Amino acid sequence: MLTRFFIILLATSFSFLVNAGVKIEVWKTSAGSKVFFVENHDLPIIDVSISFRAGSARDTNEINGLASITNNLMLLGSDQINEKDLANKFTDIGAQLDSEFDQDKSGFSLRTLSEKKLEAFNLFKIVMHKPNFDSAILNREKIKYYASISQGETEPDAIANKAFLKAIYGSHPYALSGSGTINTIEKLTIKDLIYFYKSYYSSSNASIVIVGDLTVDEAKLFSEDLSNGLPEPTVIQPYTEVLIKSKEDIKISHPSSQAHLLFGAPIMKRGDPDFFPLYVGNYILGGGGFSSRLTEEVREKKGLVYSVYSYFMPLIEKGPFQVGLQTKKDQIDEALNLVKSTINKFISDGPSEKELQAAKDNLIGGFPMRLDSNKKILDYLTMMAFYDYPVDYLDTFSVSVNKVTTKQVKKAFQSRVDINQFSTIIVGIE
Amino acid sequence: MNLLKFFIITLFCSSLAIAEVHEKTLLNGLRVFVVEDHRSPVVVSQVWYRAGSIDEVNGKTGVAHVLEHMMFKGTKTTKPGEFSEIIAAAGGKENAFTGADYTCYFQQLEKSKLPIALKMEADRMENLVISEEEFNKEIKVVMEERRWRTDDKPTSQANELSQSLTFRTHPYRRPVVGWMNDLENMSYKDANEWYQDWYAPNNSILVVAGDVKSDEVFELANKYFGKIKKIDIKQRKPQLEPLQEGIRRATLKAPSKLGYIQMAYHAPALTKDLESNASEAYALEVLAGILSNTSTSRLHQSVVNDRGLALSASASYAMTTRGGPSLFELYATPAEGVTAGSVESALKDEIKKIINDGVTDVELERIKIGVIAGEVYQKDSVFYQAMLIGQLETMGYSHTLMEGYIDNIKKITSKQIQDVAKKYLNDDYLTVVTLDPQPLEPNKLPQGKPHAH
Repeated sequence: MLTRFFIILLATSFSFLVNAGVKIEVWKTSAGSKVFFVENHDLPIIDVSISFRAGSARDTNEINGLASITNNLMLLGSDQINEKDLANKFTDIGAQLDSEFDQDKSGFSLRTLSEKKLEAFNLFKIVMHKPNFDSAILNREKIKYYASISQGETEPDAIANKAFLKAIYGSHPYALSGSGTINTIEKLTIKDLIYFYKSYYSSSNASIVIVGDLTVDEAKLFSEDLSNGLPEPTVIQPYTEVLIKSKEDIKISHPSSQAHLLFGAPIMKRGDPDFFPLYVGNYILGGGGFSSRLTEEVREKKGLVYSVYSYFMPLIEKGPFQVGLQTKKDQIDEALNLVKSTINKFISDGPSEKELQAAKDNLIGGFPMRLDSNKKILDYLTMMAFYDYPVDYLDTFSVSVNKVTTKQVKKAFQSRVDINQFSTIIVGIE
Repeated sequence: MNLLKFFIITLFCSSLAIAEVHEKTLLNGLRVFVVEDHRSPVVVSQVWYRAGSIDEVNGKTGVAHVLEHMMFKGTKTTKPGEFSEIIAAAGGKENAFTGADYTCYFQQLEKSKLPIALKMEADRMENLVISEEEFNKEIKVVMEERRWRTDDKPTSQANELSQSLTFRTHPYRRPVVGWMNDLENMSYKDANEWYQDWYAPNNSILVVAGDVKSDEVFELANKYFGKIKKIDIKQRKPQLEPLQEGIRRATLKAPSKLGYIQMAYHAPALTKDLESNASEAYALEVLAGILSNTSTSRLHQSVVNDRGLALSASASYAMTTRGGPSLFELYATPAEGVTAGSVESALKDEIKKIINDGVTDVELERIKIGVIAGEVYQKDSVFYQAMLIGQLETMGYSHTLMEGYIDNIKKITSKQIQDVAKKYLNDDYLTVVTLDPQPLEPNKLPQGKPHAH
């Protein structure tokens, strides 16, 4: 998925007015970062995010954990200002600095009062441009990683998740746990972090989103500066393609009172042509809260679980379709069978017209709630900019949902979802 | 249908000041609050009942939360699940949560759909049907919820133990989700009794926030809720907690790699008149902030970063509660190879430092800046604004508490913080619960071979 919708030069911005009245300006900085901007003066607040394709999919077996620990150390000291003083500088102007991290993305965000924007922007630039990567802090953080890794080995959720990713992704980096292993974390050095930063935190690999109380000129100036100080553009390898491997059925004992089930396979990428039929279909199958078939069958009719769900998590490469539940150990077989029969029935018959209409009513009728705060707008735009979504995605969302037919859902599920290829992980057998 | 643990307002620096609140009381006692926020064409509606786990009696713990689940199981004119279907079809999101102090039901909708939510909330306030068949299925769901939230989570178990040891007579000692044995022996009649006792307009409030006009909301509220009859609300006993005299300790063994320590000191909540003990309550609030508001606050800086004794360390204080008493609590996860005892000493060292030397002007200033910025940031969330009003009013405070919040925080001095730390963070009023981590069963190798298909 390349930037086919973003052949846009600096200073020639395009605006798009979407349903909810969110007008998005788009441009590219001279150093090559993509920028999405929404001007909104209702509140004296500015939100900023910057994201890089520097998630755990950049890790390998040998350096597993490097992407995550780099993300982590970005906030722990910059420009020779130590960790504590830096954090206090943000606190002293009431600004909030945050980070996020997943398989695909390493991201950072800033929230500031608009009256403190200059100070806040300067601090944010320092954080992004001049990380200290202090070795004493690296060693201290390693200890936290070790503890969290070994704690995870005792928790049924974490055990199941790790086994599931391994089962469905095999040797693909999506199988790796973001926080790495004790052996690989131990070997990481400051040099590795600097190399990783220079390779993947480059201006051309960055997408920037700015929302709130500032003018487009101010946003352009800031995005230029923010982008310019990043490492020089580099040639970045695309993420490795996911090859579908054979399924695995794994049972792991655990003294917990419940058994935890994960069931699924890699299915959908971002930008997948079947996205809308699969997304709307999954709302009916297991995504739509109390109205979904899985909840109806497994929870409402039988009382077997508190929570049962299914979702597609589209990633840059094929992300998982996943079904999960927890139930008292002696009920796990019954619950798994019910999950399988419910999915099979959905795949063979598709949804009813009534179910499809209910799904559309919710997804379309609920659209205004997706964008009812600056924070939500920031989150949506961050996702869109990062995954190269067309800038009119929000504008066309309702139309795309509305076009989906029962036939399309059935066809998409029949051609893409094969539960005979699903791996099954159960943690907490008797 | 989520269940929120214990007290709710514990996030420091999400300050309490908000926009103008319009208020009206219907003839049947239902109090209605409206906040107009016209930024987006959406609305949130919340119905709060002054009925939480502290109103339960022994043998029927968890019934407040079970009833919350049953509220989605149909009325005289709607089928089980229909409430959720109708809200979903209106594009809405909905859920509910139960705490020690209250139970709340909410919907988020496009603004024109508000009447649908109000009509159905009014219906289930008056006409709920609790059938034995639906109850018997749902109680199993709740037991799964308890297993998932508490029984299989060592830190949740430690928290449950801490509560029941800290409070010996006050109902805050009980878990909101209920004891498993009480759930096993609960019947649909218990749920129905709970509904008859507490679900009435004069024991609840309605909060509506978003792109609405207050007059129109008052009219709608009157139209749908106005005809519901008020009831005599049962007398609530104070059940005051006697003064603790001497430290209490307990250990929990559970499968885990890391340990955990939770230290709870009895401390007063702000009184309902907002005055009698305001300086103490606000001083405790600022103290919690100075100990653990940010990564450079004292506990994290000293115990985690400088001394490396813990992986995390934090403090919390619930300034507002319905039941009267509150707690000032410290929590930490000891680093590997460090005993809970050493972490306990390190946490107490930080308290001692404050008692002896006070806090700095810079620290006080940081708290104030955070509170002032927090006031602006929270205006971005309409849901949160409604939630604050609902919580405070259900707990028996006036929502006008929010107006004076920042000023009261600003007034707090180092001396006042030293005084409350000395007075309340005293070993005699302390309960310490530690998690003694146990290995998983030794034969935890994968069973059944992975096989290709």
